[in-house]
Amino acid sequence: MLETLLPILIFAALGLAVIGAIRRIRLWRQGRPAAVPLLKGLAALPRRYLVDLHHVVERDKMISNTHVATAGGFVAAAVLMILVHGLGLAQGVLGWLLLAASATMFVGSLFVARRRRNPPARLSKGPWMRLPKSLMAFSLSVFAITLPAVGILPADFGHWLLALVLAAVVVWGLGEMVFGMTWGGPMKHAFAGALHLAFHRRAERFSTKGGQGNRSTGLKALNLDDEAAPLGVETPADFTWNQLLGFDACVQCGRCESVCPALAAGQPLNPKKLIQDMVVGMAGGSNANYAGTPYPGKPTGEHHGSPHGPIVAPDATTGGKALVDAETLWSCTTCRACVEECPMMIEHVDAIVDMRRHLTLERGQTPNKGAEVLDNLIATDNPGGFDPGSRLHWAADLNLPLMADVKQAEVLLWLGDGAFDMRNQRTLRALVKILHAAEVEFAVLGTEERDSGDVARRLGDEATFQSLAKRNIATLSKYRFQRIVTCDPHSFHVLGNEYGELGGPDFNANWEVRHHSTFIAELYDAGRLAFAPWKGGSVTYHDPCYLGRYNGEFDAPRNVLKALGIEVKEMERSGFRSRCCGGGGGAPITDIPGERRIPDMRMNDVKETGSELVAVGCPQCTAMLEGVVDATAEVRDIAELVADALVARPAGEAVDASRRSAGKTTVEEVL
Amino acid sequence: MRPEQQGIEVAVLVSVGRHPITGRARRADQDARGLEMALGLEHQLPGSRVSLLHAGPRSEEGEAALRGYLGMGLDTLTLLEQAEGSDAIPALAEHLAAAPPQLVITGARAERGEGSGLLPYALAERLGWPLVNGLAAVEKVENGVATLLQALPRGQRRRLKVRLPAIVSVDAAAPAARQSAFGPARRAELAATAVSAEPDRELAEWQLAPARKRPKRLKIVKAASARDRFKAAAAKAEGGSGQVLEGVSAEQGAEAILKLLNEEGVLR
Ligand code: SF4
Ligand code: SF4
Repeated sequence: MLETLLPILIFAALGLAVIGAIRRIRLWRQGRPAAVPLLKGLAALPRRYLVDLHHVVERDKMISNTHVATAGGFVAAAVLMILVHGLGLAQGVLGWLLLAASATMFVGSLFVARRRRNPPARLSKGPWMRLPKSLMAFSLSVFAITLPAVGILPADFGHWLLALVLAAVVVWGLGEMVFGMTWGGPMKHAFAGALHLAFHRRAERFSTKGGQGNRSTGLKALNLDDEAAPLGVETPADFTWNQLLGFDACVQCGRCESVCPALAAGQPLNPKKLIQDMVVGMAGGSNANYAGTPYPGKPTGEHHGSPHGPIVAPDATTGGKALVDAETLWSCTTCRACVEECPMMIEHVDAIVDMRRHLTLERGQTPNKGAEVLDNLIATDNPGGFDPGSRLHWAADLNLPLMADVKQAEVLLWLGDGAFDMRNQRTLRALVKILHAAEVEFAVLGTEERDSGDVARRLGDEATFQSLAKRNIATLSKYRFQRIVTCDPHSFHVLGNEYGELGGPDFNANWEVRHHSTFIAELYDAGRLAFAPWKGGSVTYHDPCYLGRYNGEFDAPRNVLKALGIEVKEMERSGFRSRCCGGGGGAPITDIPGERRIPDMRMNDVKETGSELVAVGCPQCTAMLEGVVDATAEVRDIAELVADALVARPAGEAVDASRRSAGKTTVEEVL
Repeated sequence: MRPEQQGIEVAVLVSVGRHPITGRARRADQDARGLEMALGLEHQLPGSRVSLLHAGPRSEEGEAALRGYLGMGLDTLTLLEQAEGSDAIPALAEHLAAAPPQLVITGARAERGEGSGLLPYALAERLGWPLVNGLAAVEKVENGVATLLQALPRGQRRRLKVRLPAIVSVDAAAPAARQSAFGPARRAELAATAVSAEPDRELAEWQLAPARKRPKRLKIVKAASARDRFKAAAAKAEGGSGQVLEGVSAEQGAEAILKLLNEEGVLR
């Protein structure tokens, strides 16, 4: 009886799955067009899945092995089942292979079940709780129905009742695994996830046979010349189709939520919930079925949306609710911890900034100090509203060479808006001292420099960002230099990763940009700096998000500290898992209230290492961490530590004439 | 909403402002506050209509600044286009008289040009309408009479009843302007009409020079308690003890100045 029933069941499930797939694809296609190489993406899919995705999943070995067994077993079992039971090709090894595959999958599902027994808070519950049982149903029933096929059991084994029970379990398994994959069950992640990897909006993130993928963290520019192009995302359908596809790929593993500083601070943001809300919006409905951690202070079930309805209620003052509240979007520090951690490589920050763009550019609803800061940027080219003519006042006694005078230099020192901040001026002076000590030929733009546009862009004001960026690009293109060095990772990121897209045929906006820690490390390696041995206490190092996660620079600052004779006592969350200081993304400006402050939590991390000093490499981090009351550690920029330790280079090792002239020739060659 | 409260026509006069530090053109702070008040009225008195009016030359810089007002949520701005150096008052008066709104709101003082703060007065005189300056809020409008709250120094308020049409001017006591959004500002229309331009003869005779910083009276606070310090900080610098010396010799004058400097603690 089963022999006749099985092919019908299998092909019925497949047929329904195809219908579901078409429906799902139509949901994604509500989004705006995006230029994605479809065939190339599909061809790259196996590698992206097996190499890049597993690279992230592997950070948790147990889950990685579980997933390999379950997913690998399932894919093999599904294909073989179609051959063996669907087409009746049971002869030879196929049947045995199917037995092996379903057995592997069963072992995997045991581990899934074990994890679901006491699931960590970050995992979503709801339908996900039945997944291990469904996996077992599928693998066990496939195993059982294959036994007669390979001849272990006689074909007419057992009673018809047994066959009926078996058939029912097969239906359950097929239902969850094949039908549910495209109709919105937990297995949806496999279908959407595979296509999401193939059509990812940042294909550069993936490795190729030729080499590693890059971090690809720069935000994508809005086209402001086309007046018909929407400014940001108002409704779910305003996302591009591959962004919608990406949201649908979420497995609700909650890795993003477990690292989100805003959620930990009790601010109303949870990156996982945000992605799920976008899924709700794309299909239309309410968020009542969400079974994970809610946004702090916002009960689940009160928000609802539709593909063409607004994501944020237009008039928040009347208490109207849509899909998400504006505070949720403004809580994000754009630290990218969630993106770094997400096994599905979903781009949360892009989505958040897209939605912020609409709020700022179309509605003029940047909260708290946002409007004031943006007005200042427009009127004075710096967020504080300071006189742009005073940008160099801190260096009145230093006689810094101006690019306007010298026209060319080996290094262009980019000051950043920290030039207006008394605390950061100490860092800048330390950096200048180091450059002098290493006899670096450098110059500054002085009053020609403007804010890089980082804050404006992350507050959603793409127009002000592009205006600042274009004027900075025009200024930079007037001069000749080998590289830009800056002590501000935000400027570093924007100049290095976001200006390139805005260059034009007449000017190339791709410069070599270095963070000061990288540059100091290079100078030290070249023997141009010498340090007195470290005499202070224990030190830990805080990775700035925009240096580490955004630009992959984890080693240089540590190498500099090592060169100073400091042994870094690492915090539990350091390197690519570093916890944000709370200063990015305009978060201190929009200042959404939470239960705790993010910098307090970070200083607590510092305290746990028992360090007396925390070394930083970013004016924002310095300001945020120094703002913590009753801190147990001192906050110093790497440049300050280096400047304090400087000693004269031992004779003979000094920069000799040949190197100086060698440096010069390269300048000329570049010219 | 009571039935006699009905929507009114509000015209907001806006100018091209000037940022105090960089001198860049921008939406003028007071005019923007005026528009904010008008938009508030739109909310308060449903059916009200707000129109924007500017008289002056058309320039790229000026247009960007005017669009700053449109970004607060309006679709059009009527631009009475005039040559540089023309008198805005006759043009505005003519335009307003042709289709009188019930309420005209303007900033107290322009940020560029003469900045004399006389425009609302000159306009009121020409139109024969009442004028209220330093407006803090429009409380209600009933049967053609508006109840207004006027801001007086140090946080005091005065309630006034004014028959419409009227002109009101706002200063820093009015609510701060909302953010201007790029998209609506870019889409909105600048409806330009050329108007007869009378050259501003008085202005042509003026000599313009950059302002010099005026000396400020020193405020020396000798306060024992926090309360005294606060009172002193909140008080206006008062020059009650001033003394006019007339027909004195140079020596006597110098002595008086020296005495004052000693008293004030500038010299010790
Ligand atoms: S967004 Fe990514 S990390 Fe977050 S729950 Fe979904 S799959 Fe997991
Ligand atoms: S970028 Fe950082 S703050 Fe924003 S959602 Fe992700 S983890 Fe949270």
